[in-house]
Amino acid sequence: MAQVFRRPDKWRVFFSQLVFEINKLGVDSIPLVVIISIFIGAVIAIQMTINIVSPLIPSYSTGLATREILLLEFSSTMMCLILAGKVGSNISSEIGTMRVTEQIDAMEIMGINSANFIVLPKVIGFVLFVPVLCVLSMFVGLWGGWLVARFTDMLTVENYVFGIQSFFNEWYVWYGIIKTVVFAYIIATVAAFYGYYVDGGSLEVGKASTNAVVSSSILILLADVILTKLLLQ
Amino acid sequence: MIEVKNISKWFDGVQVLHDISAVFETGKTNLIIGQSGSGKTVLLKCLVGLLHPEEGEIYYDDACLNTMNSEQRKQLRMDIGMLFQGSALFDNETVLGNVIFPLKMFSPLSHAEQLERAHFCIERVGLKNADSKYPSEISGGMQKRVAIARAIALNPKYLFCDEPNSGLDPKTSIMIDELLSDITHEYGITTVINTHDMNSVLGIGEHIIFINKGHCDWTGDDRSIYHSHSQPLNDFVFASRLFKEVKKYMERDSAGV
Repeated sequence: MAQVFRRPDKWRVFFSQLVFEINKLGVDSIPLVVIISIFIGAVIAIQMTINIVSPLIPSYSTGLATREILLLEFSSTMMCLILAGKVGSNISSEIGTMRVTEQIDAMEIMGINSANFIVLPKVIGFVLFVPVLCVLSMFVGLWGGWLVARFTDMLTVENYVFGIQSFFNEWYVWYGIIKTVVFAYIIATVAAFYGYYVDGGSLEVGKASTNAVVSSSILILLADVILTKLLLQ
Repeated sequence: MIEVKNISKWFDGVQVLHDISAVFETGKTNLIIGQSGSGKTVLLKCLVGLLHPEEGEIYYDDACLNTMNSEQRKQLRMDIGMLFQGSALFDNETVLGNVIFPLKMFSPLSHAEQLERAHFCIERVGLKNADSKYPSEISGGMQKRVAIARAIALNPKYLFCDEPNSGLDPKTSIMIDELLSDITHEYGITTVINTHDMNSVLGIGEHIIFINKGHCDWTGDDRSIYHSHSQPLNDFVFASRLFKEVKKYMERDSAGV
């Protein structure tokens, strides 16, 4: 870890690596985030409409509940669990393959701090971009619910829009963003650790990738409990 | 010159290098030969500092590798080029990207000068029109040549090659050997080649060290190897019928028969 968080050898090279990693780990994840968020947003809206049938509960509750679920848990925790699979396995297998094909040794021979050169741009790039994915997921998820209201007769658009605007607490957005930043750090560092210390061949790279996803998922859930206690109490 | 003094290395309680002492001469192709599992690669990795021997010392022109701090090691590594068995090219970089990489990291040259130097190295190893190709798009022989171009980009004083012609056809192997030999003499580099290819041993072996079961069993050159009395060496080098005939011919020739 100490080797990773050192001053890069060449800032110009570091920034070009950083842009490359933001594009690969972050921008390339946008389609996945959009597709999942839109469908989950729609499903949450449908579920809420079906299950909230009491005449004592106001009709705008569907929009309100959809917003709260997306902001508080889905767009941060669930999205990061999904990204742990995509981004975590990508980081772990890429670094693991570099290890078994001696590319990391080649860097060490050149006098490059390989942990810093390979891992740092990935960690910073993903941590920087993941709030964008979180906010995007919130918007797209809410839009998914709006589509249900617009194209079905389950609830009205007016009620849904009124619901998602009611009792809005801005802190919940920040809470979601803070959580995703922590989760992104967990995903990138855990995956990089498993990849960097692969010993063997392609079989071990696969195992490292699986271990990285499993470990980071468990750590995300653990961190979720701790952060929720700290930030919402 | 690189000098190795009494180095020993263990893995999980098993000793793989036994008290090895050797000298690798400047401006010559120094070959480390031996059977698979004899400890050649371990010795080579100890030489470049990727592995740390439990005993013994390694000197680069009187500077002891064992006692160098991280900054001194970093400086030394800028003088080292290495060709790995599997080439170890960066998959996400093109041929040009691979060769220019060490220049980008360590050279004070401008971008235009770096490009010029990279193109020179690529042409020096006989590659043309391959700048924009990725490692997966070129043959194994071409990958080795790109790796050599990358290794010499920073004008290294020391060049290490781990089985440079493994997996290559005989013609390409000879071409790689000749290229390494030419580069060594042209730039006065201390080249250390780890091989079990007999064509390399008899073709470019100006200084040969034979490792047998982790011991330095014999040292000599590509002429004296024909007259060696080391049975493990003779069993290893002249194992094939062809090389046995070559040995007989050379012995008859030197005896003036």
